[in-house]
Amino acid sequence: MSTAYHVVVCASLVPDPLQTLEPVAGPAGPALKNEAMLPFVLDPWAAHALYEAAHLAKNRPGTKVWLVSLGPKPKLQQVMMTVAQKVPFEFVPLDGSASGFAEASAVAAALAEGIQAIPGLDRSKLLVFGGWESASRGAGVTLSMVGERLGIIDQFQGVDELKIQDDGAFEVVERLEGGQHQISRCAGPPALFGWATGHLPEPKNNPQIGMINMRTLMPALQKAKPIQLADAGLSFDSVVLPKQLRETRIVKDASAEDVAREIVDWISK
Amino acid sequence: METILFLAATEPDGSLAPAALEALGAARSLAAALAGCSLTVGLQGPSVQTAADRIAGCGATRFLGVAGPDFGSARYASDALAAEALVRASQATVVVAPGTSRLSRCLPGVAQRTGGQADTHVTALGARESRPFVNRWYYRQRMEAVVQRTQRPWIVLIDPGSQSPWDGPPGGAVAVEMIDVTLPEAARKTSVVGVRAPAADAQTIRPDADLLFVAGAGWTKKQADGQARVVEAEQIILEFLKRSRASLGSTKSLVDLGGEGQTVLSFLSHLNQIGQTGATPRHPKGLSTCCHGEEPHTVGWRFINERRAISLDPNCGWARGKADVLYVADAFAVMREVNRLLAANA
Repeated sequence: MSTAYHVVVCASLVPDPLQTLEPVAGPAGPALKNEAMLPFVLDPWAAHALYEAAHLAKNRPGTKVWLVSLGPKPKLQQVMMTVAQKVPFEFVPLDGSASGFAEASAVAAALAEGIQAIPGLDRSKLLVFGGWESASRGAGVTLSMVGERLGIIDQFQGVDELKIQDDGAFEVVERLEGGQHQISRCAGPPALFGWATGHLPEPKNNPQIGMINMRTLMPALQKAKPIQLADAGLSFDSVVLPKQLRETRIVKDASAEDVAREIVDWISK
Repeated sequence: METILFLAATEPDGSLAPAALEALGAARSLAAALAGCSLTVGLQGPSVQTAADRIAGCGATRFLGVAGPDFGSARYASDALAAEALVRASQATVVVAPGTSRLSRCLPGVAQRTGGQADTHVTALGARESRPFVNRWYYRQRMEAVVQRTQRPWIVLIDPGSQSPWDGPPGGAVAVEMIDVTLPEAARKTSVVGVRAPAADAQTIRPDADLLFVAGAGWTKKQADGQARVVEAEQIILEFLKRSRASLGSTKSLVDLGGEGQTVLSFLSHLNQIGQTGATPRHPKGLSTCCHGEEPHTVGWRFINERRAISLDPNCGWARGKADVLYVADAFAVMREVNRLLAANA
């Protein structure tokens, strides 16, 4: 008999990667210029985690997926208009800052509290998913701290593959340095997985899934708990864009032989 | 007054990896910049004596160790337990560690356990008015911040490749204070069963290479004759990697095409991807070919020192203002010739 899991996916919101970003000094520390106007997306690696969770649920009858996300309510709503059409999940919104400059431990505290408040969540079936790093803070700290707060000591980061064995154990493939992967065996839940890219493509939009998700998503958004994040002693001396602009020497109309010779000389130095 | 702990995991042979020696160099620099602070070394792994002896002359006043077969594998539960014991025993206020996959996995959790905070991907650290600060990047290398913290312990993971390694002379035998850490049964639920590495001739990611070769989507597009020449592109690139020993990076667009099942460069995977949702590797030199796009795509070679690019577009945002030299040329023709010259020089 296949085991059913309770999969909780932690996913932040980030500005669309194609947007121009500029730091500005805000009243509570650094922020992004025109942050409220920027279009947001679900964090890319966390999105992979969500797709992996949905894939797991599809193949494991009885498995449930929750998506826990911290962000300003209007941004959560905007992002969910798209994400909700991808895969089925139950939404647990937390209304607060999605800034990359927010303190990771404070975000972890909010997420862990949100997870613990999920009605009916069974720790013996619990798998916590998320991205191994965000595209905002890019630290890989938050998810691990969430796991510690939930008492989960089987944690994996940079996960590209998760296979469930016949005996219920997990085979986990994690990224190492230099294009290598570490393979581990974990006896079972609870466990935490910080996903890298995985192997699944982005699901196509499915309006039927969107309709089902929306039934619970909008009421959940209306009731989203407001979160104030503490700074935990973090202060920023400066946040700047890299100013380095190189004087590019443009070589036109040179033969392939001449260009090749120059390149070989350069790489041989 | 700060107490700095240099924390590292030893390799299977008991040595320290280059990334660890970089972090040691950073820890020493920080200790020198902070008046009256002390430096402690904390090592964990299957054995620690060889590594401790190697760095005996680093100026540390204490050497602490957690060792044994239980601490040989890169497993969260045991690594976190060992690191926690070292942090507590040293009473460290600042912990400097290499940002390897192993320690990046466990040290944020250790910060949570010890009531501290963690900063990863740190590219510089120093002290101002007797207070430490670190530099790190936000929004995928789009902006750089200088950060201070008041909460302790402050765990700082140094990005490999960003610092000069400590290369002091080997010292004599050092007395390591061993800390007895017993692994509870619950911490054995996970076991590491192996490492999967690409075959030697298929290994295209080489973190220690002098050159990063970036392949852009242009390699798979129709060429001047109206035909895509993907097989030829593969041959040219693989031959160049073999002869130059360069590391291979790829732009997101090229990797994504592979994920969509299109015929693209067969040896590329998401592990080769650099940029917004990929790596930002550190190499002394970088040569990009057939790449295009503006920020944010160009963050993939943010940490490459000398940069050159080959592109047919003289106004390409990937190269103009971001590369030192832009060759407006056909990459197929140039790289074929490069391979010929490298073969002749071999």
